[in-house]
Amino acid sequence: MKSVKGDFSGKVFFVLALSSILALVVITVFILMKGLPLIAEVGLFKFIFSTTWAPGQGEYGIGAMILGSVIVTLGAAVIGVPIGICCSIFMAEMAPERMRKIFRPAIQLLAGIPSVVYGFWGLVFVVPFIREHLGGSGYSILAGSVVLAIMILPTIISISEVSIIALPRTYKEGALALGMTHWQTIYSVQLPAAKSGIVAAVILGIGRAIGETMAVIMVLGNAVIIPKSIIDPVRTLTTNIGIEMGYATGKHQEALFATGIVLFVVIMALNITAQYITRKKVKK
Amino acid sequence: MKSNSSQIARVIHIIATILIWSVAVIVIGVLIAIMVFILIKGLPHVTWSFLTEIPRNMGKEGGISSAIVGTLLLTVVAVLIALPFGIGTAYYLAEYTRGGIIPRIIRFGAESLAGIPSIVYGLFGFIFFVVTLDLGWSILAGGLTMALMILPTVIRTSEEAILSVPKIYREVSFSLGATKWQTIRLAVTPSAIRGIANGVILSVGRCVAETAAVMLTAGSALRMASSLFSPTRTMAVHFYMLATEGTSMENAYGTAAILIILIFLINVVANMLVDRFVSKRTVNR
Repeated sequence: MKSVKGDFSGKVFFVLALSSILALVVITVFILMKGLPLIAEVGLFKFIFSTTWAPGQGEYGIGAMILGSVIVTLGAAVIGVPIGICCSIFMAEMAPERMRKIFRPAIQLLAGIPSVVYGFWGLVFVVPFIREHLGGSGYSILAGSVVLAIMILPTIISISEVSIIALPRTYKEGALALGMTHWQTIYSVQLPAAKSGIVAAVILGIGRAIGETMAVIMVLGNAVIIPKSIIDPVRTLTTNIGIEMGYATGKHQEALFATGIVLFVVIMALNITAQYITRKKVKK
Repeated sequence: MKSNSSQIARVIHIIATILIWSVAVIVIGVLIAIMVFILIKGLPHVTWSFLTEIPRNMGKEGGISSAIVGTLLLTVVAVLIALPFGIGTAYYLAEYTRGGIIPRIIRFGAESLAGIPSIVYGLFGFIFFVVTLDLGWSILAGGLTMALMILPTVIRTSEEAILSVPKIYREVSFSLGATKWQTIRLAVTPSAIRGIANGVILSVGRCVAETAAVMLTAGSALRMASSLFSPTRTMAVHFYMLATEGTSMENAYGTAAILIILIFLINVVANMLVDRFVSKRTVNR
């Protein structure tokens, strides 16, 4: 054991281990370097709150897109979270073994399906459905929220399911022994006990929804407007980058990096919250 | 009174159970139906010539061979680069530290990388690999960007695999006079290798599925790549282009079907690895 400290291999592994934090630093620095000058020039307040995005005239305001990201993501959460939690309760507590054996790998598979495939499904199914039954072009907030909700379901289901299964058996046994019904046990014992895991699952799902780009480009319509209803088209922070990055140059390109900074900050805040919640759970 | 309230509880239980059953079965059923629908629409277009011919006329005609080759090369580059760093980090975290500030910083880095949206990786890859390092839109730039994206996955799965190797392996090895490095190489790694392989397979899946980051760093060229410095178009990007530009719905469905089958196969392999890994562990105990 005396060779542990002086062991050369330890140093090599240590250097390799610095890669992740180094990558994080380099990514942060480069995105900031490329985007901050424009934010400084336009002014942070104007950049975030102005709703005029006209790169041709040198107008860079991402207010409408921030609003777009918030609404589309909220919509996805409203649709996806309750359904996801229902499915996770089903998978953890109710599904017969044989069903579970089919559903679990299916959900795992669905989590790995390229997001553009979900976007395509939205394009072929959801958009025409909205156009025919609710009016408008169909390219809309609603279409984006539905596609995102479907996309984040596998994440929410699998993480919540694990956090319910991981509870000590005694919780459930104790509650049942007190004469509670199975549902009362789930609702008033197991769900509260698994709360932190479920919250972390929801935050991760929301993070994925905010960060998604290609799937929502296909169904959102991408107009830079303040929407008046959920069947209006809208543009989000990610789609702004995804659409215009292909041809943007100069100041316009810097403005897209600046959009990236805002996105980056929001996601980092969400991640740190999720990490904090999971860590608290581990300590407990 | 008491029996009354327990009767109400009974009724609520039945309603809740029916509700959750129906929601879950319908939703998971719909999800599976989406995939089956795309497969049914797409599979008839998947012919031998579709797989082996170069796209012609912007993808309207011909096959997707150059996109298959592009996806393959980009994935290989990403995995080969991420592997040593990811596994090294996992060994460091699992074998060489017991808490403290440095492992916490490293873990924070890995977890944060896992949460960064792919479009931000795309922005970074573009400004760093494509422009600053002057690699241009290329397989190499795309592969390097993807390497960063899959790094957290490799770290997490490898660390789990290493930690699940029973302590007794290490103790026996040390008691025989082995050094730390010998112990890791000869006692720990052989038992952890399946779990590590599982992480690699999952990473391959992410590379195949990624669109945004790859499009900004590897470009969208349709021609066959001639070297790692050539721009390329992966299958996911090709599918996106076909679908959004309305070039050819048949070829879009065909490409989507191949993507789904590929992800399916990747999952099957990953599950096989995990199953064997788990059963081996239980036998060992």
